[in-house]
Amino acid sequence: MISVRVQAGDFDPGVEIAALHAGRTDIGAVASFTGLVRADGGLESLTLEHYPAMTERALQAIADEAGRRWPLQAGLIIHRHGCLLPGNRIVLVAVASPHRAAAFEACEFLMDWLKTKAPFWKREQSGGTSRWVEPKAEDDIATDRWRQA
Amino acid sequence: MIELLYFAWVRERIGKDSERIALPADVTTVAGLLGWLVARGDAVFSETDRLRVAVNQLFANMDTPVKAGDEIAIFPPVTGG
Repeated sequence: MISVRVQAGDFDPGVEIAALHAGRTDIGAVASFTGLVRADGGLESLTLEHYPAMTERALQAIADEAGRRWPLQAGLIIHRHGCLLPGNRIVLVAVASPHRAAAFEACEFLMDWLKTKAPFWKREQSGGTSRWVEPKAEDDIATDRWRQA
Repeated sequence: MIELLYFAWVRERIGKDSERIALPADVTTVAGLLGWLVARGDAVFSETDRLRVAVNQLFANMDTPVKAGDEIAIFPPVTGG
């Protein structure tokens, strides 16, 4: 029910969110998150590598888990790959539910899990050099808080 | 045969993005495979706390079985989103 797209090209969050609930009268809430490239520390560009055969499957597994935990009526994950510039959009997560609590929570859950369970790797370019982004401990902590007994 | 795939700095350190090898006779798990790759001369595979592995496009752990025909990807912890 939550669809997944992995693409090099940009997306329009407004168009995507409108399409999520177009023609529906049962949806009461849509929550969304858009991730952007920040120009931290003189960053000039960001290149996202991924594992094409696994990426959509991993994102779909994350989406399916959200669908088991919350009463979601529709949803969308878009994740870009390739070379991106500061200000560019990287990722969109949008979920629809009858009420806001489920939509907010599912949106946050999807982003937390996506950070640690989807096979993407960021490489930062600045000042003529480049380096792989190191994983952050806080991302693991954010993932763990959704662990169920 | 097994298909090995490498991503991010693992790919750069190894100098290739994939290779096909005959599954060594005594290798039955991910840990065994990494040990065999180290013995072959690729020290990067000894950094197991900095590596993640997927077997047939699913996240695996050190005890996950490996068998002929598997696609085994070795890469750093992911940093997407």
